[in-house]
Parts: sequence; structure tokens; C-alpha cells
Amino acid sequence: MAEEKNDRIQAEAGPTLDRREMFVRLGLGSLGVAAVGTTAFAYQFLSPNVLFEPSPVVNMGRPESYGQDSVTLDVDTRIFVVRGAEGFFALNAVCTHLGCLTAWKPEIDTIACPCHGSKFTREGVKKEGPAPKPLPWLRMWLSEDGELMVDRSNEIRPLQFVRV
Amino acid sequence: MSVRVSKYFDALTETRAWRSVFRGGSGSSTLHRSMAIQQNIFLHLLSTKVRKRMISLNTTWYLGTLTLGTFGILVITGILLMLYYHPSAPQAYADTKDLQFVVSSGQFLRNLHRWSAHAMVFLVFAHMFRVFYRGAYRAPREFNWVIGVVLLLLTLLLSYTGYLLPWDQLAYWAITVGSNIASAVPVVGDRVRFLMLGGHFVNANALLRFYVLHCMVLPIAALFFVAIHFWRIRKDGGLYAHQKDAASVSNCDSGRPQL
Repeated sequence: MAEEKNDRIQAEAGPTLDRREMFVRLGLGSLGVAAVGTTAFAYQFLSPNVLFEPSPVVNMGRPESYGQDSVTLDVDTRIFVVRGAEGFFALNAVCTHLGCLTAWKPEIDTIACPCHGSKFTREGVKKEGPAPKPLPWLRMWLSEDGELMVDRSNEIRPLQFVRV
Repeated sequence: MSVRVSKYFDALTETRAWRSVFRGGSGSSTLHRSMAIQQNIFLHLLSTKVRKRMISLNTTWYLGTLTLGTFGILVITGILLMLYYHPSAPQAYADTKDLQFVVSSGQFLRNLHRWSAHAMVFLVFAHMFRVFYRGAYRAPREFNWVIGVVLLLLTLLLSYTGYLLPWDQLAYWAITVGSNIASAVPVVGDRVRFLMLGGHFVNANALLRFYVLHCMVLPIAALFFVAIHFWRIRKDGGLYAHQKDAASVSNCDSGRPQL
């Protein structure tokens, strides 16, 4: 009923708002703005701006400390340093399935995940299990004083070896 | 002796202080008995009148009530555990061990909390199976089934957030795996995981967030939905009692009295 009356008034007087309708729209509009603002503030508040997480760049020590044809897991940095015939490379040791820490099994020449049984070659290629992707290769270089450096945030294409 | 006690009790119920709390007054008439339910904030969520069939063991196996019972145990033991537990990365594991080996009755309370948590998850599922196979989710109780699904999710989230708090290897890797499952959500998955953990790894921020969710946010939400769940039982015509006769099912569904 009230709407019909409003329509009639509008039809007679052209596209005008009556006072009540204006305040309703103003009120709903400001509530909408407040809701969007609150959501934005909540999202920003819940996202930390400063994280006390370790640096992605890590020093893996002298190349000589790794034996010929070896696969070494560093539990703290969660990377494998592999020394093969072609040279050194670094693999991310975090399983690409659900994030567990994999381990090197020398007796079967395999990197294996304890959580859901994914298995990888020492080059990170998946052999079996639920992992959707191979273990990523990480950028590795020699620092000025001859130590192996790895950037864990920088994934590279496989088979790029560091020769010492 | 008992006569004298009941005489004193009757006199007590007539006092002005008593009547200021319990407006309905005492008495055993049907009116007084229904008033006792209606005018009590805790009891008014429940049906004023219940048929004996509805509360017989065979109707529900009391699975919902048992779930509430485990929830009550979890709240009480949880509050007590909070008195000795610091949700910080260096202390959480040591506090958990202290609860096991140093605090008097700590091991009992912690084990009670843990076993009740497992029992609650089991009972929620059993309750839902019972409701489902009895057809008690049908009209007019569809909305209460939806509330029940929300409560199932809250139960699982409570269980999941509580799992991290001992801060041992099992907790750490379980939450690593669980939060990676969350990041499988299309488009926003990684943001969801980031907000959930308060960082990129399961770390001090994640421990604190899970603690706040486990001890404040989720229990309050659960309490809120439990209140609606119970109130809806009353509004939907009481507990569902199975009808042997198919023709009378519609009677029952409309919430009309059953014979």
C-alpha cells in the first residue's frame, strides 16, 4: 500500500524521494559502508604485517663438508643438499603433497615422505605416492668466501647444477 | 524428620525472597509444574510437556544428551587445564608435560579432556546417524538438522584446534597437514591458510590463534548453537518419537500430540 502511494507520488512529482525513503536509503547505505569497512579492517587486522619467520636465504657451509655422491638433509632449513657427479644442487625437502618433512633413505636410494608414502628420486622426481608435483629445486650459489648459499624462496628449473 | 524438612522447605518457598526468584510459586498442579519450566531461563529452552515415549531410552538412545554431557566435561576440565597452560611456543610442550607429571590430578584432568573430546566426536556422529536413519530430520525439523550440521562442524573444529595445543611432533605435523588441506581451497586457499596460521608456517602465531579459537571463539559459538538446537526441539513439537503406523507420520510431523 505504502509503496503504491509512493509510486503515485513519484509519478505525479517526477523522480523525487520522500523524506522517509531518503533516510531509509541513507541509513542502509551507511550500514553497508560500515559493514564493508569492518570486513576490510578485520581482514587487515588478522593478517600480520611483520612475521618473525626465518630468512629464506641460508648458508649451507663449505662444499667440502659434503661427501661425494651424497644426499644431506638439514632439518632446520628443510632442504636437501645433493652432491652428484655433475655438481651440487638443493632440493626443498617439504613434501609437495601436504607439507611433511621428507627423509633420505640411502638403502633404497629414495627420498621418502613418512606421512602418506610419497617417494622421490634424489633429483626430486616423483616415483610413487600422492604427491602432485616433484620436489622443487632451489637456487644455489657460492658466496664470495666459497660457501654454499641457498634461497629457499626461489624455485628454479631442475638440472641446474652448481660446480665447485 | 523428612516431614519436618519438607515443612521448612514449603515455608521457604512462601518467603518473599524465594518468590522474587521463582515467580511461578510452588505447587504440584499442572499449571505450577509447567510454569516451573516456562519461567526458568535454563529450562524454558526445553519442552514444557514431554511424553514418556519421547524420553524412553529406545527413542533416542540419549545420544544428544550424552553429547551435551561430554561438552560439559570438556568445558569444566578445559577451564582447569587453562590454569596451568601457557599458549606460547617455548612453554606449551613443557606445560603439557607438567600437567602429565607434576600437577596434582593434572594427568587425570588432561586425559578426561582428551577422552571426552574423542567421545564427543563419536557421539555427535552416532546422534546424527540415529536422527538420519529414524527420519527425524524431516519436516518440521529440517532447520534443526541444519543447526546440527553446524554443531558437527564446530565439534570438528574444536577437536582440530585442540590438537595443536600440546605442541608435540604429532600436533605439529597434524596441523601442518591440516592447514595444507585448507590451502587446497580454490583461489583463496593460500590466504585462508595464512590467516589461519597467522604466518606461512605452524609457528607461535598459529599456536596462539588456535588457542584463542579453541578456548574462546568456538566454545561460545557452540554454546550459542546448542541453545538454538534445544529451543528448536521444543518449537518443532518435542523429541521425535518413531511412529509404527505410516499414516500417523504426518500427524507427528505437524507437531500435533501423538497418542
